[in-house]
Amino acid sequence: MKKALLSVFRFYYEGFREMKLGKTLWLIILVKLFIMFIVLKIFFFPDFLGSRFRSEDEKADFVGNQLIERTINP
Amino acid sequence: METLDLSLVDWSRAQFALTAIYHWLFVPLTLGLGVIISVMETYYYKTGDEEWKRITQFWMKLFGINFAIGIATGIILEFEFGTNWSNYSWFVGDIFGAPLAIEGIMAFFMESTFIAVMFFGWNKVSKKFHLASTWLTIIGATLSALWILVANAWMQFPDGMHFNPDTVRNEMADFWAVLFSPVAMNKFFHTVTSSWIVGSAFVVAISAWFILKKRELDLAKKSIRIAAVFGLLGTLLAAFTGDGSAYQVAQKQPMKLAAMEGLYQGQNKAELVGFGILNPSKSSYDDGVQPFAVKIAVPGLLSLMANRDLNTFVPGVTDLIEGGYATKGKNGEVGVALSAEQKMAKGKLAVEGLKNYKLARLVSNDSLAKVSKAQLEENFAYFGYGYIKDKKELVPNVPLTFYTFHLMVIIGMYFILFFALAWFMNQKNTFNSQKWMLWLSLLGLPLAYICSECGWIVAEVGRQPWVIQDIMPANMAVSQISAGAVQTTFVLFAVLFTVLLFSELSIMIKQIKKGPEGLNH
Repeated sequence: MKKALLSVFRFYYEGFREMKLGKTLWLIILVKLFIMFIVLKIFFFPDFLGSRFRSEDEKADFVGNQLIERTINP
Repeated sequence: METLDLSLVDWSRAQFALTAIYHWLFVPLTLGLGVIISVMETYYYKTGDEEWKRITQFWMKLFGINFAIGIATGIILEFEFGTNWSNYSWFVGDIFGAPLAIEGIMAFFMESTFIAVMFFGWNKVSKKFHLASTWLTIIGATLSALWILVANAWMQFPDGMHFNPDTVRNEMADFWAVLFSPVAMNKFFHTVTSSWIVGSAFVVAISAWFILKKRELDLAKKSIRIAAVFGLLGTLLAAFTGDGSAYQVAQKQPMKLAAMEGLYQGQNKAELVGFGILNPSKSSYDDGVQPFAVKIAVPGLLSLMANRDLNTFVPGVTDLIEGGYATKGKNGEVGVALSAEQKMAKGKLAVEGLKNYKLARLVSNDSLAKVSKAQLEENFAYFGYGYIKDKKELVPNVPLTFYTFHLMVIIGMYFILFFALAWFMNQKNTFNSQKWMLWLSLLGLPLAYICSECGWIVAEVGRQPWVIQDIMPANMAVSQISAGAVQTTFVLFAVLFTVLLFSELSIMIKQIKKGPEGLNH
């Protein structure tokens, strides 16, 4: 088991170490993920319901009221 | 009554469209090129010819660039669901969440595991295991697409769910009805096979560029041999599945079909427009202006496509708004189509049922709750019509839907001829000497992307105003946030995605210019 895990580790380690173009691509991926999850998600895309209500019942009430209030002469 | 800033709805729509269109630049190439490299590697495995290995590795490198740049661009769509479309996100409940969760798990475990073997495993694992990993990577990517398309198809044809007024959510009643809905199956096969066209056009175009530069002639010939056959197969299958999709649209979203064909007045033996220019003066379905300036149409074909019968009636926009035409139910029972006003009245009854049910629950009035719930359930199929102010809102943008649909079909038909010709000329060794064919091959790449994006525009613009067909319009689905915030993020996305696209193009072009020499990962 230990030997198998070690060989899997070596496989990935050597694979990453020998990358050339792959390093640039990984850099792009990491920068992209940072922008998406740290900048965009936190500062621009908060969970609309999650940031306003704690419980599921409160969220259901809010959406239910929205469904009723936005209609035309219900 | 709560008022909603219309520009908020439009900006939210525009932002979602922008994100989806950019995301879809990366996905079809992954799905198409992935199968092509798998076939190439299969040749290598069977023949042991090192040239096939070199060819596979070259295209695999380009596949890797596209995969890396495109990865996770779809997650932004999920951010938008939570922020901009929170009413929708809550309302759809686990129906949308379940396929997306399965997609996430499948994408992570299948793609991330086997793609590592695909790139790191050359000369480290057996040829057989490597080949299996390459195939499993693309099968994993295709199955990921399945779950996303199942979620999208449910929005076009909501089935297999039950609305719970206590939680204000739709709950999954029949997982298999959601997964195997005819809309989902047609959408999946049509989307995947049309992505094969993009992958094939990509390989043929770059091979043609090598030929124009008088480089890598053997690689180009062998690559075209596979890509042309695969492209032809993909185009024929896309035409077949496209017909299936059109039939489903006719049955489930007749307004979309009417917009796709610019059909304002319903017809028996309805004609299919092969080519047409819409009359720009037409501004409304009831203004009496002729819809076409020019058209070439084949009588009966639209009826055949919509109902599998040349002589049947296909309703136009006016019929769908005014109702009154004869319909056939699932079991062949004859009925009369409701007018938009009748549906709007039923929608209001459904919303009223929900309102009264909530009030009854608040004051513990069980009998009122029961009656109100029954009223809601009886009219729930028209729930979304309760939010329609003017019946004209029910007509999507006809010119955009019509032109994108016809552009998609015309380009698709062109690709049948193109791939057949490319394969034939490549076999006869005349492909390389005909410069016009090489330039046509280069032109094929942007055409394939335009065709693919047009398909999505037809699917999404044609179903407006619905986010969920007949159940929830966009103005109900959107969160009450400021339009300014959506505009800001729209600009941010436009910049971010453009930077990503240029990064991809720049790295891709550099690697194509290098060619298969000095291959490294």
